[in-house]
Amino acid sequence: MNVLGFPLLSLLTFLPLVGCAIILSVRGDEAVVASNARWTALWTSLIIFALSLMLWVNFDQGSAEFQFEENLAWLPDFGLSYHMGVDGISVLFVLLSTLLTPICILASWESVQTRVREYMIAFLVLETMMVGMFCALDFVLFYVFFEGVLIPMFLIIGVWGGPRRVYAAYKFFLYTLLGSVLMLLAILALWFQAGTTDIPALFDLQLSVPMQSWIFVAFLASFAVKVPMWPVHTWLPDAHVEAPTGGSVILAGVLLKMGGYGFLRFSLPLLPQAVETFAPFIFALSVVAVVYTSMVAFAQSDMKKLIAYSSVAHMGIVTLGIFTMNQQGISGAIFQMLSHGIVAGALFLCVGVLYDRVHSREIARYGGVAKIMPTYAVIFMLFTLASVALPGTAGFPGEFLVLVGAWKANPMVAALAALGMILGAAYMLYLYRRVIFSAITRQDLRALLDLSPREIAVFAPLVVLTLWMGIYPSSFLSFFEVSVAALVERHEAALALPRLAGVIAP
Amino acid sequence: MFVGAIFFPLLGACIAGFFGRLIGDRAAQWATVVCMALAAACGVAAFFQVGFAEADRTLEIGTWIDVGGLQVVWALRYDTLSAVMVGMVTFISTLIHLYSVGYMSHDPTRPRFFAYLSLFTFMMLMLVTANDLLQLFFGWEGVGLCSYLLIGYYYERESANRAAMKAFIVNRVGDFFFMLGMALTFWTFGSINFDDIFLSVPEAVGKTIGGMPVLEVIGVLLFLGACGKSAQLGLHTWLPDAMEGPTPVSALIHAATMVTAGVFLMARMSPLMEYAPVALAIVTIVGASTAVFAATIGCVQNDIKRIIAYSTCSQLGYMFFAVGVGAYQGAVFHLFTHAFFKALLFLGAGSVIHAMSDEQDIRKMGGIWNKIPVTYAVMWIGSLALAGVPLFAGFYSKDFVLEAAFAAHTGVGLYAFVAGLIAAFLTAFYSWRLLILVFHGAPRADAHTMEHVHESPAVMLIPLLVLAAGAIFAGAVFAPYFVGHGFEEFWRDSIFNGPDNDIMHAVHEVPGWVPLAPTVLGVLGIVLAGLLYLVFPAVPGRLATQFQGIYLFLLNKWYFDELYDHIFIQPFRRLSVFLWKTGDAKIIDGMPNGVAEIAVDVARGAVRLQSGRVANYAFAMIIGLVVFISVYLFGALR
Repeated sequence: MNVLGFPLLSLLTFLPLVGCAIILSVRGDEAVVASNARWTALWTSLIIFALSLMLWVNFDQGSAEFQFEENLAWLPDFGLSYHMGVDGISVLFVLLSTLLTPICILASWESVQTRVREYMIAFLVLETMMVGMFCALDFVLFYVFFEGVLIPMFLIIGVWGGPRRVYAAYKFFLYTLLGSVLMLLAILALWFQAGTTDIPALFDLQLSVPMQSWIFVAFLASFAVKVPMWPVHTWLPDAHVEAPTGGSVILAGVLLKMGGYGFLRFSLPLLPQAVETFAPFIFALSVVAVVYTSMVAFAQSDMKKLIAYSSVAHMGIVTLGIFTMNQQGISGAIFQMLSHGIVAGALFLCVGVLYDRVHSREIARYGGVAKIMPTYAVIFMLFTLASVALPGTAGFPGEFLVLVGAWKANPMVAALAALGMILGAAYMLYLYRRVIFSAITRQDLRALLDLSPREIAVFAPLVVLTLWMGIYPSSFLSFFEVSVAALVERHEAALALPRLAGVIAP
Repeated sequence: MFVGAIFFPLLGACIAGFFGRLIGDRAAQWATVVCMALAAACGVAAFFQVGFAEADRTLEIGTWIDVGGLQVVWALRYDTLSAVMVGMVTFISTLIHLYSVGYMSHDPTRPRFFAYLSLFTFMMLMLVTANDLLQLFFGWEGVGLCSYLLIGYYYERESANRAAMKAFIVNRVGDFFFMLGMALTFWTFGSINFDDIFLSVPEAVGKTIGGMPVLEVIGVLLFLGACGKSAQLGLHTWLPDAMEGPTPVSALIHAATMVTAGVFLMARMSPLMEYAPVALAIVTIVGASTAVFAATIGCVQNDIKRIIAYSTCSQLGYMFFAVGVGAYQGAVFHLFTHAFFKALLFLGAGSVIHAMSDEQDIRKMGGIWNKIPVTYAVMWIGSLALAGVPLFAGFYSKDFVLEAAFAAHTGVGLYAFVAGLIAAFLTAFYSWRLLILVFHGAPRADAHTMEHVHESPAVMLIPLLVLAAGAIFAGAVFAPYFVGHGFEEFWRDSIFNGPDNDIMHAVHEVPGWVPLAPTVLGVLGIVLAGLLYLVFPAVPGRLATQFQGIYLFLLNKWYFDELYDHIFIQPFRRLSVFLWKTGDAKIIDGMPNGVAEIAVDVARGAVRLQSGRVANYAFAMIIGLVVFISVYLFGALR
């Protein structure tokens, strides 16, 4: 079946559901159930993370092929199969999902007190969906997971969220759903053309150029909302503000990567001509996203909103990198997605730490926190720096590679995107200055406690990763180098083909 | 030895930063001092090894980034240029560490301070030993970060926070250009490794981008990057505000680290800059303008640290126009001597401030020279060196730079020469204005402060005396190697002068009055300051009221801050709020919210019908399916 002799990916995907079953089977009074749910969810997710490390160890970095493949006939008459596998592009996203889930569960340990059982179940289901989505190699299967992610996330925001949670949840749901519907249409169109929805098989499909354009637009509608790209980004700040901390972390950490992953997995290999045609359009949207949302972030007075807008700006760098169609740009985009997953997640956790203590996200409510919570201030500083892409932190290699790649595509675009460096420093340091620095003006802040051991445990892996990815990014880049090279090569070959044909035909 | 010089400061920073609370303040601060001293021993040894025993080498540590031909390696490159910098940085930084032990003795968070200080030094060392542009950029941003942390060290003060942020963001503006320069470099040469770039520079001569020669564009982009770090005209606004940090920090920023990085970058890139004549002309003009501009402001400021800060800005201008006329060796030589006397002046100023109970306004000083004689003496030495009085360190380097500007025999070179002369006059003037107002005349501080005027402890005086020795001898001792007839054996390949560039020889053949001019003007400046502030102390006040326009213009630093506030910061804030409140909330959200409201209403109906949240999902799915099938059918029928 694969190198390990057992279906690792399916195990990773469906093991969380076993955890759900255990949680559901516990009976007793509320406190017992809650405590049981917490521990079961934590252990389940930790075991899954430990298992997922086998991917890290056993993944063959020298190959661009799909690995750990599992292929079962599902509806053979319709060309549907249960096909799972990972390549260099997706493998680290699986790890990112399995890493962030236990962190979120641990971060929600005390802040979630109502319906703990349901909350933990929602997170475990979410993990199933996320891992499944990154592993799926059948388009319909992918779609099921891709949409399935919506349900637990919708519930997490709508049930455990802030005061305007219902509005935010619906906005989140409707935005992402409307896009997805168009993608389903595109999948059906592909199925009509190819008679299969197996993704590796679809790579060989050569679509006519108008067809490519239609499908590209349909994909774009779905992925752009997920990324989110400007101007369909406004659901994100609302969703973040209302979501509980754990929800925000997963939302920023993994869910925003689904769009970028979709572009890489489907749009680029399947629709080379359309990608070439639409690239300038995407560049324009990306650059606007970087500059526009950075400025909007600067104007925010709510910490979570600020970080949410900064996420949109960082994702603008990602979409820019993906469509440069050269190795630096795409590698940078993937790296940026991974690092943003860690760093933005950590920043939301940082906000959560303060929110748990003071129950306010207003920037003006704080000031002088460095004096009272020095350890927290250091950790927050590290992630702030990573967010402004300081060399030596996780944020830098991705942004640098994307800018180098973008320069080749178009120097003007690179210059505009690089403005994000300046603007990013402005809004992040402004945030840090108002919250952490300056004199203490509100006396009740003096009673705050520095990070608890549980919170340090939550941050520790993220701190290590942020520095590791900054100082030795090669250990991550090498995972997807070959796959990206193959992707670029295939793209160039596909573009060359009609040109050659054009030379011969007339 | 070569590794130790770089990593001992990091070790010190880690000890103080992570275990400071564990081992106590004293242990933490001495740990960093000892680490720095070890680094200095290594660094100075490396300087002599490489500079005089030709032990050039590059030590590779590990891969950083390797993507599609873009290979970046962590490495320590030791050639004469880096060795000069490593030796100077570690040596000066050690003295500053030692001095800080005394200066910061009342500070409650000393481990934090010393950790920052050591980290700062480490970042600068990574910068100067980089073997490619990206590692240089790592150090480059690293010193930016540390300066941010140190300027904002007193984080409870709003002004310190503002200055720190300003420093970081203005530096980022420079880094923006640096980043673009790196991208263009990579696509031009296929590498950002120095040796690879320098080897293929001649091949890139004919290449253009957007109609402009590619080498010129790279040169200008990197120079703009250097402007941010080295506080050249336009991007200088952060430097004077950097005074908000503790005084030893100012010494470190202005003398050994940070601001010299831009000059270093230009010298490092000399093989490329030599083929970018237009870029060099721009460098010359900006450098020369900065030299005069900053000196004019220095003449009217009243904050002791601010005056010295503007003098740094001005001296950096000298270094840049030296680069611009092709005398990179002279630029680095001036950087080297400047490090000694500028560190001396800042630490001396710190000693004055310490004595005056934290007073920084020179109008509230005076009449203290006999109470703090050692400080007084070293301030004299520093000022003499700064003014370029013969036999002091500054004389050798400043004269050389000016002669080089003259010897260039170009329009911009002449401009730089004239600007440099004016600046030399102004420099001497404001230096003695400072000396006289601080130390002489009737005491203007209140009686309480005057009672407490005291000489600093030995731990602060020893570094001052060592630096004073440097400010006297560094020029005479090193001039023959740095810029004398033996310069080629000393620098070897680390600095490149183009085949048509014989400026290093031409300087020795300038007319006799050229070397004399700066000295004469310097002495005139001293005399004028003496006349105005010692003999006729009423005149400056009258001049200020008489020419109030000019006075206010200079006092307000040519209104650069106000200008930037009006054309950048205020519009930026307004546009930010507009984009948020109108762009996002009204325009972008307006449409979907309308749709969403309808959908929510419909969904509510569905909830009522089927009593279940999941029903919404199903309902929306159905609608979606209907939409897509109809669209598809339309497509199919067509």
